[in-house]
Amino acid sequence: MTPDPELARKLLHGMVRIRRFEEKSAELYSAGKIRGFLHLYIGEEAVAAGVMQALRPEDAVFATYREHGHALARGLSAGAIMAEMYGKVEGCSRGRGGSMHLFDAAAKFYGGNAIVGGGLPLTVGYALAQKMQQRTGLAACFFGEGAVAEGEFHESMNLASLWNVPALFLCENNLYAMGTALERSEADTDLVEKAASYRVQGKSVDGMDVLAVLEAAQQAAQFVRDGNGPYFLEFRTYRFRAHSMFDPELYRSKEEVERWKQRCPIAGFSARAIREGWLTPEMIAAIEAEVAREIAQAVEFAEAGTWESVEMLTRDVYTARGQTE
Amino acid sequence: MSDATKAVVTTTYRAALNMALREALQRDPRVFLMGEDVGRYGGTYAVSKGLLEEFGEERVRDTPLSESAFVGAGIGAALNGMLPIVEVMTCNFSLLALDQILNNAATLRHMSGGQFSIPLVIRMATGAGRQLAAQHSHSFEGWYAHIPGIRVVTPATLEDARGMLWTALMDPDPVIMFENALLYNLEGELAADAGAVDIDRAAVRRAGSDLTLVTYGGCLYKTLQAAERLAAQNISAEVIDLRTLRPLDMATVLVSLAKTHRMVIVDEGWKSGSLAAEIMARVMEQAFYELDAPIERVCSAEVPIPYARHLEQAAIPQVDTIFAAALRTVNQHV
Repeated sequence: MTPDPELARKLLHGMVRIRRFEEKSAELYSAGKIRGFLHLYIGEEAVAAGVMQALRPEDAVFATYREHGHALARGLSAGAIMAEMYGKVEGCSRGRGGSMHLFDAAAKFYGGNAIVGGGLPLTVGYALAQKMQQRTGLAACFFGEGAVAEGEFHESMNLASLWNVPALFLCENNLYAMGTALERSEADTDLVEKAASYRVQGKSVDGMDVLAVLEAAQQAAQFVRDGNGPYFLEFRTYRFRAHSMFDPELYRSKEEVERWKQRCPIAGFSARAIREGWLTPEMIAAIEAEVAREIAQAVEFAEAGTWESVEMLTRDVYTARGQTE
Repeated sequence: MSDATKAVVTTTYRAALNMALREALQRDPRVFLMGEDVGRYGGTYAVSKGLLEEFGEERVRDTPLSESAFVGAGIGAALNGMLPIVEVMTCNFSLLALDQILNNAATLRHMSGGQFSIPLVIRMATGAGRQLAAQHSHSFEGWYAHIPGIRVVTPATLEDARGMLWTALMDPDPVIMFENALLYNLEGELAADAGAVDIDRAAVRRAGSDLTLVTYGGCLYKTLQAAERLAAQNISAEVIDLRTLRPLDMATVLVSLAKTHRMVIVDEGWKSGSLAAEIMARVMEQAFYELDAPIERVCSAEVPIPYARHLEQAAIPQVDTIFAAALRTVNQHV
């Protein structure tokens, strides 16, 4: 795939935006501004940035607890995400969810699920409802390779295939379920084969190459849009940072991490874009400057945000009577 | 037409549920039913019999034995404009879907800052008494009533079997409906024009003045029989059917207590940490000085429900044990 300069700019911008946002998040975590768990996506940016380019506004997105990247790429504002991580009422979940539970109904972004595999059945049901209501738009679900060990993965693959629903399964294989390597937890590490056992077609893709991701996602999305049923994509990727801010990383070697960092999706794509003449160094510098401004504004927005009154604690446990959707 | 001449039909709890399902499917194209054997088999308890033929496979949807996935799919469909009714064969199997019920259905609204509604109804059978042993006989409605974000209803009468479903479907939040399996064959008269009923209030099923018997679901009839025996001894028992276990209508309970000053709670759940314990605690908090005697509880024994008939019957509330507890309570003078 050869991108035009505008697409190349969009893809790089998308990845840089995630990287810088997360670097800032880590810094703010250390400063005590963000609490709870913070799972960074750094290293995996090509997946969210590439896939989201292949999705449309009418599609729905279900994500994991490592979902800042998905949320940003889907178009949630950096300010609303940052405010959420600050716990402010201006956050995209009114401060009720935090880093792991980002939601935005307008963007059809359904979170932010911290139960591994928990979003898969929701995706199948959402896609079923699309089909029953004869709506266009698919349901896309991100999950890690760790989810493949959950019963819900197998139940959901089967159901999606049996009912032929428009679901796009996006498996981010970063090789470790927290600290447990795939080969230490799965008798068969061929994930595409597992999907195929439910007659769900699939493909394995280099998740460090944003163009490969985009191309595969476009083809897969088209397959689903054409009414062929669900599709499964495995993205081979790697998380450069620890699992969370509490992870001493005893389970993998520094050499392995360094080896993968050599394949950084941002550095790799930037170099290629210059080499191929899609982008100039000035254009890349302009992207960095634009992102820096956006993130500075996001932090300002979060800082200026308000703490919801404690009297509102039990709001939204139930729908207020008389309130209609 | 006066009440005296109002047309009634003789029917069963099962048929009343079937009517409610049929009506819901007819009334709103967003409604669909799914679960294990709801279609071709006609429902494990024959509740959905005939619906597949009438509404087709899209709307009366048989599922594989994947409780977590099809309950989760119900939540996903509810997020996306549908009004799903998910049948889980028995509450014992619902534990396989507990993650979806608690972590998604009950939680998504609040965790998203109020952005999403889950207008989902989950139906499941509950209760002991058919010699099905421990993995088919437990009562988990009290457990589910522990969870904020869901509503728990326990229809015990034909009117409620007929009328709670539609109201539950119209509720924007998830509702779990527990049907005591011993009630499916319950026969009685139902108004021909019976329809939706409220799911907010407890109901006084028998008025009385000497003590209050609080119960719900399958235990209602044993409790009414105990009240009858008490009446033979000139003890006037008021029987309250809670109907909805979450949120609890304590107002109705407390009005009764203010009249009788004595209370026995009958609950088929295990006693420790039970719904009965919750009601007791609320009475202590809200109406301690109304009490003329300690509250008693008649619950299930702290044992997995056994198979042998005599043991099973010994494990669950009975007319005799309710009657005895009521007698002790009225004979206590402090």
